[in-house]
Amino acid sequence: MTAPLILRAACLRLAGKVLLGPLDLTVEPGQVVTLMGPSGSGKSSLLSWLCGTLAREFEAEGRVLLGERDLTDLPPERRRLGILFQDDLLFPHLSVAENLGFALPARAGDRSPRIAAALAEADLAGFEARDPATLSGGQRARVAALRVLLAEPSALLLDEPFAKLDAELREQFRRFVIDHAQAAGLPVLLVTHDPADARAAGGPVLRLGQP
Amino acid sequence: MSWLRLAPIVTVLVMIGPVGAGLLATIGPAFGIMPGLSDAPAGLAVWRRLFDMPGLGQGVALAAWTGFAATALAFVIAVLFCAAWHGTATFDRLMRGLSPLLSVPHVTVAFGLAFLIAPSGWLVRALTGFERPPDWLTVHDPLGLGLIGTLIAKELPFLLLMTLAALNQVPAQRYHAMARTLGYGRMLAWLHGVLPLLYPQLRLPVFAVLAYSLSVVDVALVIGPTLPPTLAVQLTRWFADPDLSLRLVAAAGAVLQVAVVVAGIGAWLVLERVVGLLARRLRGAGWRGRQDAVARGLALAPALAALTLTGLGLATMALWSLATSWRFPALLPQDWSLRAWDKVGTAALGPTVALALAASTVAALLVLGCLEHEAAADRKPRRAVLWLLYVPLLVPQIGFLFGLQVLLVWLGADGGWPAVLWSHLVFVLPYVFLALAEPYRAWDSRYGRTARCLGAGPARVWLRVKLPMLLRPVLVAAAIGVAVSVAQYLPTLFAGAGRFATLTTEAVTLSAGGDRRVIGAYAVMQMLVPLAGFALALGLPAWLYRDRRGLRVGR
Amino acid sequence: MRNAILGLIMAVLAAPAALADGWDDVLARAKGQTVYFNAWGGSDTINAYIAWAGEEVEKRYGVKVSHVKLTDTADAVNRVLAERTAGRDSGGSVDLIWINGENFANMKRNGLLHGPWAESLPSWRHVDVAGKPTVVRDFTEPTDGLEAPWGMAQFVLVYDQARVATPPRTLAELAAWAKANPGRFTYPQPPDFLGTTFLKQAVIGLNGNDPRLAEAASDAALGELTAPLWAYLDDLHPAMWRSGRAYPANGPAQIQLLGDGEVDIALSFDPSEAASLVKNGQLPDTVRTFVFEGGTIGNTHFVAIPYNAAAKEGAQVLANFLLSPEAQARKQDPRYWGSFTVLAMDKLTANDRARFDALDLGAATLSAAELGKALGEPHASWMERIEVEWARRYAAGQ
Repeated sequence: MTAPLILRAACLRLAGKVLLGPLDLTVEPGQVVTLMGPSGSGKSSLLSWLCGTLAREFEAEGRVLLGERDLTDLPPERRRLGILFQDDLLFPHLSVAENLGFALPARAGDRSPRIAAALAEADLAGFEARDPATLSGGQRARVAALRVLLAEPSALLLDEPFAKLDAELREQFRRFVIDHAQAAGLPVLLVTHDPADARAAGGPVLRLGQP
Repeated sequence: MSWLRLAPIVTVLVMIGPVGAGLLATIGPAFGIMPGLSDAPAGLAVWRRLFDMPGLGQGVALAAWTGFAATALAFVIAVLFCAAWHGTATFDRLMRGLSPLLSVPHVTVAFGLAFLIAPSGWLVRALTGFERPPDWLTVHDPLGLGLIGTLIAKELPFLLLMTLAALNQVPAQRYHAMARTLGYGRMLAWLHGVLPLLYPQLRLPVFAVLAYSLSVVDVALVIGPTLPPTLAVQLTRWFADPDLSLRLVAAAGAVLQVAVVVAGIGAWLVLERVVGLLARRLRGAGWRGRQDAVARGLALAPALAALTLTGLGLATMALWSLATSWRFPALLPQDWSLRAWDKVGTAALGPTVALALAASTVAALLVLGCLEHEAAADRKPRRAVLWLLYVPLLVPQIGFLFGLQVLLVWLGADGGWPAVLWSHLVFVLPYVFLALAEPYRAWDSRYGRTARCLGAGPARVWLRVKLPMLLRPVLVAAAIGVAVSVAQYLPTLFAGAGRFATLTTEAVTLSAGGDRRVIGAYAVMQMLVPLAGFALALGLPAWLYRDRRGLRVGR
Repeated sequence: MRNAILGLIMAVLAAPAALADGWDDVLARAKGQTVYFNAWGGSDTINAYIAWAGEEVEKRYGVKVSHVKLTDTADAVNRVLAERTAGRDSGGSVDLIWINGENFANMKRNGLLHGPWAESLPSWRHVDVAGKPTVVRDFTEPTDGLEAPWGMAQFVLVYDQARVATPPRTLAELAAWAKANPGRFTYPQPPDFLGTTFLKQAVIGLNGNDPRLAEAASDAALGELTAPLWAYLDDLHPAMWRSGRAYPANGPAQIQLLGDGEVDIALSFDPSEAASLVKNGQLPDTVRTFVFEGGTIGNTHFVAIPYNAAAKEGAQVLANFLLSPEAQARKQDPRYWGSFTVLAMDKLTANDRARFDALDLGAATLSAAELGKALGEPHASWMERIEVEWARRYAAGQ
């Protein structure tokens, strides 16, 4: 069911200037590829392009594929690429359970039990009715990760999701995300500044040049 | 989502169509083209007659003086107050007091202030020991000082709120802090470091205030000079004169009024340049202005006075509504009764609310369509679009409403709900847009991207994520729309064939009868309806999201 | 077939006859119509009276009445004008207008009125044409049946007897009183009709009601007859409220000044206005009415139907009801309005006359005898010329 995430001749331009690429890359299921580079090197923009949410001022070339499936021209909601940002971006108007329920595909049965099970697994049992704004930073990060995973993505994109957490939490949360992604056999593309992230990910590291 | 592309086009047509068509239909009569009138003079004869009208030159000069002075003073007071107090608890407290005044119709404020400052009014009763009212020329003073004061009191909250909105769009705190660490006093740091960034966004609101002040009719009637009155009042009289051929002179006067507004805006632009150059000189001199405690006090005084006097004026109007008689020099009414309240037509309340809700709902939908189109196209709004938005606020109402009436009659559309609704939309739309644009654009679009990556389509993202998160600003914008709609007099009259009785049309007709008790009761009603709207707009999201700390105000 | 043609011919022949004595026909066509009655809405007493009349007419004749409340009669004139400009010559939005004077003269001159119809109303037979000539001559303009009289008005002065011991009974006394009590008298700013009426009253009084005032104003007559007026005003203004540097906008604003104690004498065009304002608390109960010796200007107000009215029959039914003894008696009752009737008492039945005899007019109202002679309005052209000259002299700024 899982397939590799493939980038073919990906190239990003801003105002006519090449920002990144051309880049060819294959991320195998269960593999974590880490992208490192200075600010402005286009790491995050690359992830936006993969999701289909690249801002209009950028120009992009190349293809994104998931195995045989070409995603390049699909709208974001049909690509099924999960993404986690530095900020958890939990919807402030929804409870924890409603946030998770929003991600769960419509066809999924047993919605409440699945949400309860997911929360229990993340040491958040009984948190369904809580207001996201009342959770600690670590708890919020875990709910955000659960939300992405419950959407049943075909690959996972991580846009520095560990950067805002303190050292101890960061270690725990990184483990939590990577373990879950690997258990689900997802290809993972991680963007980070922190060499420790790259080491923990254990996969290949790609360094992007100066812009 | 291709229908979204229609939203800006429809919006512009709804707003600009009537203004443009109405202007054209006003220009015709100004040159003697008016098929309904059998004794119409032709061509330039109308203009010769206009310039022969006694008091015309004085009226134009008065309009220019009062409009310009009111706008400039209101602007200076707003800017100095922000410079001295922005970011303090005093600022927040005063803003909380001033914001409700936004929803009070101009003419209500005028009635309140007129009763305060009249020689038989409340201030003289409270502060002097006269047995009989002194013969002082305070209301209707020939220099228009009362008119200027009323306009300042009423426009100050608007300018302050627009300044606040603009402040949220620039990193004001950081620039301010930076300037202060360089040794500048609090006020000068703000004036040098923040104001130049804000000003481009304040220019259009200031022009709206200027255009309004240069052409205001109702406030000038209540408190403005009478010998002669301002141009706008004069031409309103000509429109109402039994001599039908004066209608043509009035139309020419309306064209002149538009020219006065255009010239006023031009003059402001020149003044702006001059002040800008002087400020640059001053900045270059490096003077720090560290001792600004006195200046800060002086900056607070006018804002505080505006709030206090307006509040007092409105309170006396409320007292009047409960009085049977309240004679000089009594500080409080001598006899009380609820009689005036029996007169407040509950019949007018239904149409008022229905019209206000319909207009603000349609406006909110159109504005949401425009803003979402802008967001979906991922495009920065162009300056020209903003100017279009302001057209109904910059063209004097009297300049196009008569023409609009002829057009509506010609289309057979006057007197019906759609026509009245449309005429309200013209004025409601710009304000709803202004109120909603900033929070809508400021919404963190990463929530939307996250939701889409979680598998939700654009419609679901908008309905389940964006709209619920923006519920409060959307409802507040709609409440502002309600307030604007409730205050409309001339559009309701002209488009409704006079058959639409709203609280404001009833209030204005009854104020022709001069009974302060009934005027007071209507004034209170005119305040209550918009306030109820605001209470709902703030209360509903607060209740819905009572357990959602992340959506609370002041997060 | 032949019968059908015959029927058609009969119908065509019958039509003029039906129009001639067709009040029943009017009633039949009026049934179900809605009459938009455009009338000044500044007084809640008058509004209540109109609402009452509307209810009665709907109950009795099935004609709905909707009161379009105006701040100024000109709003309705403007509307008819806008409709004419836009070519809407039928189905207009104004069915009946409360009107008189210049507004009537201008609408008549521009062909904006329907009619003649007024003198074929059944209630017309009670109208006091002989005793009240202004019911057919509106500001000297013949009404020609284009408007139906509704009520009488007469220029009176109102004073507070707690502050004015003896009211001035002539123009000269008024000027002397004003100088002795500076700042306590004013008049509404012309072209407000009440202010203009004061000027007309003065021009009549200062010229001993010169007959030339009843004719169109010639330049020569204007110069000769208005010279004493300007001299009088130049003398009076410095002693007036605000030294004549500001004027109240209209009658109600000036009444408000009387209530506030800023002035002691005010003007009114409704002999019973003071009484009703005392009753509702707007004026102190020490307020009384007086008139100048030698009589004051009186006139009549009317209702007229625009040429393009949608409900012309309904409007006539309403006008007829407003002219009925029942409605006129209620109108004269200060509890409901207090405006004097246009009907002739000797033309009424004993029953109807009793309705009028039973009325208690109140302490602040003068009796018909005290009111004295009603003087005719000068020709409408005088008003226009005097208004313009007043504005040129006093309102154009220095």
